[in-house]
Amino acid sequence: MTDDVLAQPIRFHGGVHPSDGKDLSSGSEIRTAPLLERYVVPLQQHIGAPPKLLVAKKDEVRKGQLLAEPGGFVSAAIHSPTSGVVSQVGECLSPTGVFVPAVEIGSDGEDNPDDSLPPIEDWRECDPAKLLERVRAAGIVGMGGAAFPTHVKLSPPPNRKIDTLLLNGVECEPYLTADHRLMLEEPDAILDGAAALARVLGVRTVVLGIEENKPDAVALLRERAAGRDIEVVSLRVRYPQGAEKQLIYAATGRKVPAGGLPMDVGCVVQNVGTCRAVAAAVLGGVPLIERVVTVTGQPVVSPGNWRARVGTSLRDLLALAGGVKSDPAKIIAGGPMMGFSVYSLDLPISKSSSGILLLAPEQLFQYTSEPCINCGACVDVCPMKILPGPLSVQIENECFDDAENWRVMDCIECGCCAYACPANRPLVQHFKRAKMEIMARRR
Amino acid sequence: MEESNIRLPDPRRLIVSSSPHLHHPDQIRRIMLTVIAALLPACLVGVYVFGWRALWVLGLSSLSCLAVEFFCCRLRGVESTIGDGSALLTGILVGMCLPASAPWWLCLLGGLLAIGLGKQIYGGLAYNPFNPALVARVGLAISFPSLMAGAAWVRPQPGRFTAAVQAVTTPTPLDHWKTNAVAGTDYLDYFLGNMPGCIGETSAAALLLGGLVLLVLGYIRWQVPVGFIGTVTLFALVSWLLAPGQYPPPQFHVLTGGLMLGAWFMATDMVTSPITRQGALIFGVGCGLITAVIRLWGGYPEGVAFSILFMNALTPLIDRYSLRKPFGAEGQPLHKDSGPDSGLLSK
Ligand code: SF4
Ligand code: SF4
Repeated sequence: MTDDVLAQPIRFHGGVHPSDGKDLSSGSEIRTAPLLERYVVPLQQHIGAPPKLLVAKKDEVRKGQLLAEPGGFVSAAIHSPTSGVVSQVGECLSPTGVFVPAVEIGSDGEDNPDDSLPPIEDWRECDPAKLLERVRAAGIVGMGGAAFPTHVKLSPPPNRKIDTLLLNGVECEPYLTADHRLMLEEPDAILDGAAALARVLGVRTVVLGIEENKPDAVALLRERAAGRDIEVVSLRVRYPQGAEKQLIYAATGRKVPAGGLPMDVGCVVQNVGTCRAVAAAVLGGVPLIERVVTVTGQPVVSPGNWRARVGTSLRDLLALAGGVKSDPAKIIAGGPMMGFSVYSLDLPISKSSSGILLLAPEQLFQYTSEPCINCGACVDVCPMKILPGPLSVQIENECFDDAENWRVMDCIECGCCAYACPANRPLVQHFKRAKMEIMARRR
Repeated sequence: MEESNIRLPDPRRLIVSSSPHLHHPDQIRRIMLTVIAALLPACLVGVYVFGWRALWVLGLSSLSCLAVEFFCCRLRGVESTIGDGSALLTGILVGMCLPASAPWWLCLLGGLLAIGLGKQIYGGLAYNPFNPALVARVGLAISFPSLMAGAAWVRPQPGRFTAAVQAVTTPTPLDHWKTNAVAGTDYLDYFLGNMPGCIGETSAAALLLGGLVLLVLGYIRWQVPVGFIGTVTLFALVSWLLAPGQYPPPQFHVLTGGLMLGAWFMATDMVTSPITRQGALIFGVGCGLITAVIRLWGGYPEGVAFSILFMNALTPLIDRYSLRKPFGAEGQPLHKDSGPDSGLLSK
């Protein structure tokens, strides 16, 4: 154990513990989705500049071939999920409800791979810059949900000294089990990827945080990590432990300054799925074209996890899961606390789609927002220690300047406050709106 | 894989809304009903001690509050809120603040004052600056002192369940001490509830039980009762140690009067107490301070109701100045000044 890791994880402020529904999908092995006839690949799957499209309609492509190259430093490459023809260049729906540029690949059924990215055999010794370039070329982004291009996180400015790589195996969102299954089934790939990332960053301290509701994963990863200089810490269950700032605090006791980034306290956080993608890119020469997705919820006939390619539609995924036994009232792209409810099945999964959750009508709660009764429940649970109740009143009154002064921009939209509010106030909705208004004014 | 027997959801019937998509089971109604349940032991002791007449008073004031709530909502043209349980809670609290000898019209007037003047006139639940039940209590005590104090206190008759008002009256322990400068020492009776006083105030034991249940359920914050009772205890202790002949010991102050009811059930009212825990502690200590000063050196024998109302008035100010720093902003200056009114005050 190094000094940078706490002997005992700290409990971060606030948070909630919703019933997690993980049993639905955590028991069965990851199933590999069969090759589909077509994939709709969104071009903007990450935070940052849109990538530049390199192919045109009717072009032949191979599996893993570059479809679009990064459109700037903070941007990510997009690759073809299979071999075939570019059958359409247009737009597709994204989970947030806006249309984004996309290309449709009609599969030729051959799945012929492109070999432009050879495996890096000497990854343990080679120049770390080569690994960084590979991460960039493979189009790797944060797979926990944020979809921030990984190579950017791996290139801190020279005045920021990184000493700790934190691996996020927390998966605190209820219902989702993709990371859990991945840790059970591909622990070595995750650890290899982590080792490659640690080489790029030049750090000695690598910490993997897992919540203690996944004891099997904790035990397995501890066993595999022995002799690898990777510390596995078991964290008390509490949402949103997987949020970067909360995880850093829980595992290292460091507080990321408000408005700052993990690198300000010498940390880089990477999701375990991202580590696995890095391992595939470095050791296998495979760009990021597939991921593990949880398809779950009471209405689903056969809930579980699928290894699916980017561009697979919700319709196809639900069909793989056997369809539904009853009509869902909501379909959520992502987890129930931070995911987006969608209104179409013709929506492709992206690099950061961790799950598809269907909620039955009786699980749903429809409400009218009532006046804030000052109960303080939201204040107690807010992990960022802001004051959601009074803030929401300011926003209802459109006092955005006040809301900014009262730190609405520090909100991580985790949803704890709205989850706890007995007056059913749509607090997160208010905060999202205020943030957009404030961003628009700054511009 | 496009087998025809696979059923897919109909997208046209999907609901779209902002995250989060789960909610804790707590609702305003559930909280209010739980608080009512926590008050029941104290009400039962009140009925046991003062007879059926106490039940009549509790029932009348509850009915009155519900009726006023209903008609006010009608007048305001909004959906009736009697279902949320807050009016019933106020009604029971009003009844608990009355002596068992209260005439029927006093109960009805209490409901009118509490809901009408204390709550609906501001726009209903969440907008009232003062605890509605205490508005009624203080309004009635000032308007009808002879019915709310002095000769109003009937002698307790535990277990007799008489329907008539007991003709023999007797001062409460606090009254007795204030006028005769001799404090009673029947602490066990005070603790269990065998003493003259308001219906709901007599049994410290029953109130403590209910209050602890609420504390465990997380519906009240410990900072309020602990700050309140702790401060009163401290003052009582110091004054008693300095002049034992002149002042009663702390247990007398804690067990008599309205302190238990006030500290556990009135000062903890969510709407009228601060939103942060730091604020709640300031609030509780403030209540205790004012109560102690009134009891020890003021003209009234009891100061709990006044102290809570006074601190209610300060709540927006406490909220404003007990702001906490966001996570990671510990070293940064707190909220830039955003002028005197910031949503919170103008709520
Ligand atoms: S205010 Fe933001 S950070 Fe705080 S609980 Fe609500 S959503 Fe989470
Ligand atoms: S939880 Fe809801 S009612 Fe309670 S203080 Fe927060 S916003 Fe107000």
